[in-house]
Amino acid sequence: MPEPIEVPQESGAGWEPRIVAFFCNWCTYLAADLAGTSRMKYAPNARVIRVMCSGRIDPQFVMEAFAKGADGVLIGGCHFGDCHYQSGNHKALRRFMLLKRVLVGMGIEEERIRLEWISAAEADKLRDVMNDMVARLTALGPLQLEVPAEGFTEAARITELEEVTA
Amino acid sequence: MSDKPKVAFYWCSSCGGCEEAVVDLAEQILDVVAAVDIVFWPVALDFKKADVEAMEDGSILAAFVNGAIRTTEQEEMAHLLRRKAKVLVAFGSCAHLGGIPALANLWDREAIFATVYRTTPSTVNPDGVMPQVATSHNGDWVTLPGFYNTVRSLDQVTSVDYYIPGCAPTPNIIAGAVQTLLSGDLPPAGTVLAPDIALCEECPRLDTKPQDLSLERFRRPHEILIDEDTCLLAQGLLCMGPATRAGCGQLCIRGNMPCTGCFGPTSKVHDQGGKYLSAIASMLSATEDVAIESALDGIPDPIGTFYRYGLAGSLLRRRTMTPVDA
Repeated sequence: MPEPIEVPQESGAGWEPRIVAFFCNWCTYLAADLAGTSRMKYAPNARVIRVMCSGRIDPQFVMEAFAKGADGVLIGGCHFGDCHYQSGNHKALRRFMLLKRVLVGMGIEEERIRLEWISAAEADKLRDVMNDMVARLTALGPLQLEVPAEGFTEAARITELEEVTA
Repeated sequence: MSDKPKVAFYWCSSCGGCEEAVVDLAEQILDVVAAVDIVFWPVALDFKKADVEAMEDGSILAAFVNGAIRTTEQEEMAHLLRRKAKVLVAFGSCAHLGGIPALANLWDREAIFATVYRTTPSTVNPDGVMPQVATSHNGDWVTLPGFYNTVRSLDQVTSVDYYIPGCAPTPNIIAGAVQTLLSGDLPPAGTVLAPDIALCEECPRLDTKPQDLSLERFRRPHEILIDEDTCLLAQGLLCMGPATRAGCGQLCIRGNMPCTGCFGPTSKVHDQGGKYLSAIASMLSATEDVAIESALDGIPDPIGTFYRYGLAGSLLRRRTMTPVDA
């Protein structure tokens, strides 16, 4: 496995969006496999996390990904009717739609979170979705949460303290 | 002074309800007073900050701090009490997770000042005077604490040993916590001094909660006649019970109103709103985009509902303010 390459986190030359992708074991993950064995070329910006079902994706996973520095989150599941657990993807859709309302309310742009149904045979759709999402995020620039997940750093706090007491 | 253990109470960005909660101990407060010396309690006793500063570091057994941290003064007091107390207790929702004041994290200082000092209909401020941290008046300097952009919970400012949850904490929870602290048999630092189970598990209506809840739409309390015995979720109300810590004595449920989540999440959950969002979205019966959107319109204020008491303590902590193009 190649060593992960450190990419700049600030916008500007060399910045690349970082995507956390949650793919279901039965469809989208297999599509990613197929894309690989078919030697398809697509944007390498996603860190893929395999889950058994898109219905397993807790909204907390998505929030944590954003809080820890992801610029976008992609969720991939089976088409309706294809869910290995019958209704997991329907649950995923409902959670996704409500989660999106919350994230938009928290100032995170809609394009940063995406849900796609990609079957095991649709490697070309996976490639297109990935390329499209990277293009959109590149246009959008990095997600700059105002409060880092690890809390206020001492330096940031002192800066703000000086600012308000100046 | 006697050699009874010393305790201190302090309030930061809060409503005063937590102070009331201490007084609500009623006769039990006499037991507390018999067991400890209260060395600092601005709401009730005339000790000053200088008195606290004069104490030896670590000489207070426990400092109970309620309220979120909004200003520089509150942060300074949090650090001072942290130094002077062996045990720092975050008392109530605001100190624990940000509480109601943390909903201001959906705006920033500039927006809050503009609303409060300029645009509300009752404001008369023709000169546009805004709060200053220092201003001179007839040659004297007058100062005010600085106002941060973001509301924080106590543990985002300094290290906290224990948490007493609730808006406000109930007398049983307070008495139990005080007994635990005085017993000397202390739980691990970081413990929330309340049962670590969800409210649903001790709910008197638990038997009427269906195994598989299926809701067509959500309802707000004023829209229906609420049945007094049936699970509130089953009636379509947004009851925070599944994602909220137990221990409150189900006061709201017994008052026939849904839980609003003031005890915060259990130890297994990082983000109360995220977990609750997950639970209720899965309960909806709608399967198609349009039907789901219309069902979700039944939650007019998702963030204010899911994070009513916990925005500062949530994973995202605050809204990221994006500049609006004119």
